[in-house]
Amino acid sequence: MSGTSSAAKSMNLTLHVWRQAAAHAPGGIVDYPANDISPDMSFLEMLDVVNERLTEGGQEPIAFDHDCREGICGSCGVMINGAAHGPMKATTACQLHMRSFSDGDEIWIEPWRAKAFPVVKDLIVNRSAFDRIIQAGGYISAPTGTPQDANALPIRKPDADLAMDNAACIGCGACVAACPNASASLFTAAKITHLAVLPQGQPERSTRARSMVETMDLEGFGGCTLFGECQVACPKEISIDAIMQMNRDYIMASATKVELGEWAGSA
Amino acid sequence: MTITLDAKIPAGPLAGKWDKHQFDMKLVNPVNKRKFHLIVVGSGLAGASAAATLSELGYNVSCFCYQDSPRRAHSIAAQGGINAAKNYRNDGDSVQRLFYDTIKGGDFRAREANVYRLAQVSVDIIDQCVAQGVPFAREYGGLLANRSFGGAQVSRTFYARGQTGQQLLIGAYQALEKEIAGGGVTMYERHEMLELVLVDGKARGIVVRDMVSGEIESHTADAVILATGGYGNVFYLSTNAKGCNVTATWRAHKKGAAFANPCFTQIHPTCIPVAGGYQSKLTLMSESLRNDGRVWVPKRAEDSTKEPSQIAEEDRDYYLERKYPSYGNLSPRDIASRAAKEACDDGRGVGPGGLGVYLDFADAISRLGRPMIEERYGNLFEMYQRITDEDPYTRPMRIYPAVHYTMGGLWVDYNLMSSIDGLHVLGEANFSDHGANRLGASALMQGLADGYFVIPYTIGHYLASNKFEPVTTAHPAFVAANAAVEERTRRLLSINGTRTVDSFHRELGRIMWDKCGMARDAAGLQQALELIPKLREEFWRNVKVPGIGAELNQSLEKAGRVADFLEFGELMCLDALQREESCGGHFRTEYQTADGEAMRNDEQFAYVAAWEYAGEGQPPILHKEPLAFENVHLSTRSYK
Repeated sequence: MSGTSSAAKSMNLTLHVWRQAAAHAPGGIVDYPANDISPDMSFLEMLDVVNERLTEGGQEPIAFDHDCREGICGSCGVMINGAAHGPMKATTACQLHMRSFSDGDEIWIEPWRAKAFPVVKDLIVNRSAFDRIIQAGGYISAPTGTPQDANALPIRKPDADLAMDNAACIGCGACVAACPNASASLFTAAKITHLAVLPQGQPERSTRARSMVETMDLEGFGGCTLFGECQVACPKEISIDAIMQMNRDYIMASATKVELGEWAGSA
Repeated sequence: MTITLDAKIPAGPLAGKWDKHQFDMKLVNPVNKRKFHLIVVGSGLAGASAAATLSELGYNVSCFCYQDSPRRAHSIAAQGGINAAKNYRNDGDSVQRLFYDTIKGGDFRAREANVYRLAQVSVDIIDQCVAQGVPFAREYGGLLANRSFGGAQVSRTFYARGQTGQQLLIGAYQALEKEIAGGGVTMYERHEMLELVLVDGKARGIVVRDMVSGEIESHTADAVILATGGYGNVFYLSTNAKGCNVTATWRAHKKGAAFANPCFTQIHPTCIPVAGGYQSKLTLMSESLRNDGRVWVPKRAEDSTKEPSQIAEEDRDYYLERKYPSYGNLSPRDIASRAAKEACDDGRGVGPGGLGVYLDFADAISRLGRPMIEERYGNLFEMYQRITDEDPYTRPMRIYPAVHYTMGGLWVDYNLMSSIDGLHVLGEANFSDHGANRLGASALMQGLADGYFVIPYTIGHYLASNKFEPVTTAHPAFVAANAAVEERTRRLLSINGTRTVDSFHRELGRIMWDKCGMARDAAGLQQALELIPKLREEFWRNVKVPGIGAELNQSLEKAGRVADFLEFGELMCLDALQREESCGGHFRTEYQTADGEAMRNDEQFAYVAAWEYAGEGQPPILHKEPLAFENVHLSTRSYK
């Protein structure tokens, strides 16, 4: 706690990393030493150090997705010792620090595993299925123009807060990776809930729920059997309650049997 | 190819310029809109809002981003909020006041007409975002909440916890995905723009690299819009995302787009200090924290290694409150950053290396209670704890300035068109609205203003005023641009030297931070101008880029970006050298008042410095766009 933890002792680790040259190439685990690692490094900075050494040694560095490195863009995400984003609760891989590990540790690093997230290279997967789920209805149709004044529509604070809790999703895919069924229910439900609790989201609520759920199934994600692993893995702590909301809206939308694209009233 | 700078500012009184211009501009009728094809590069607030809106209007749009999804653009990381002159607090805000604060905050180095328009459309942005379902913070009565930000004495900042950028970007992203589903926008993820293509002097397309297959592709269009963000990563360490780069704007510059005010960079006062040499980026702590946090260092240098709890109240120097009593901890960013640097240069900095100051919440916690502080800043406090392993509820945060935003960018006229016909530039990538210093919560405002409310009008005028011959990628200009990109890629891969790309980037960043960072002087800038070409020469001789071109190759991606930073950094230093005054984020130590404040020189430097590329090895040509201030009085900026 003294602010001088950077002086803490460095660690020597062994990494077991999934290497795969391209989508259809065979892959496998390769071992790498990671010596002189500072506990104040982030997990991705540790990979940077390993990659610099690999490059200097004439080997190809490990490919991994990353960008903002402050836990908000959702680019990064790997399985670390079998846990999505690693051992620390509510933390993305870029915000995980090496002080969570000990000298001598062995660390297994693998890409997200799901049929709907094919591996692109090494630790990078293709998550474009998430974008297609949003395309199916994860929006409020409000073409740019001059809508009414923002304060003409008061929204109860608890509703606004619940919308925000669910809108906090960063689309990283940890929920899918953690789920034994590789279900995208938490991701889909978070968007459905964000928009369903707001008055602006009512006109399209039923069609949205039905279309997004159907697209999720078509993309090859598994069904939800309420294991609850998703909410444990979620770096933004999105609650599994969202899935109840999604199921309610989906059932109501199906029961009203209104064709997609028609206004179905609020569920 | 000599550039003439015509800002095309509409005549008439300031408050009526935009309305008049909207009426005077030509329209494209709805049937004809779908015959036009537009390219948007970048999918952050400016790019996504532009692509979605243009598609809604009926244009055919192709949108490109280097990330795996448009939702990940770096606008997402903006924390604090977005300004709008709604005056919901009844505290005296108005379009005129937001305009004035922005001009003054920019140290009188921005264009009046552009800034006034920005303040005008700010109110529409909030309405638009609420209609999309952006969950802004609300009061118990259900109305929107506001907070204060630096450089303003009114509460005009709208926010969504500490994740305002994320929520605004998700709103724009959802609008964009809707248009993708509807077929109006074709999205190209994991594609990086590497060249701009001109046909008959007009921007008619781009060359991109598919970052998965490695294929070099050409795309044609009737106009090109760049919304590719800022160049803060020239410093290596910054609060930018790792992928942020200058390549798109630099390539456009080398094809004839003037680059304006590149030396205007913003150093944000509240970032987490550097912890070690392996550091890959710096993390911002939102300026909103300065609403409740008090900034201090010990009065005596010998106390700087003590535990903060061991330093008595009377031994603390709350230097912002002392030096700037009327704005206090909410002084603008450039001023707060420089004050932190002074305190540390004075030997009173805290934490490892003495490069840090305290941001203390003890008073706010005892006044408001811990739950209120958790509600306001909970996620920021968690992020701080995760990175530093220190608890900011019980121990003051340590903060230090870091590169955050770049006010400079491609020169644009009032219509957001660059000095190349048909090349439009939005958001952080252009230079237009923030002068020499950007106020907090104004970047989100500008990105969305440009994308939702400006470009949809002005590009119609451009399209309706010009004739467009059909072009294909078989045109010699496309063939040549494509070949140039292939050759450059081949060269990077063939050097096979001994140093990694990152090692060059780090060294460049060090030069830029030391010589062209928070404080600059002629001698240091001249040194940088000798060091950078040497480093660039070594890069092209000794860089090691493993792998091949026809695959996903992150080393190759980085190498291309760093190669461009190695050219761009030199222009930044040249610009800083010619501007013999201090203004906003540009502090020349030779030009300061007796008490260390920036000394502006309006007689000689009230202009936009727009640089023209003159060819390989030739010095760039400086063009000056004089800034006329007809509605505000040029005053010495004081926050005392």
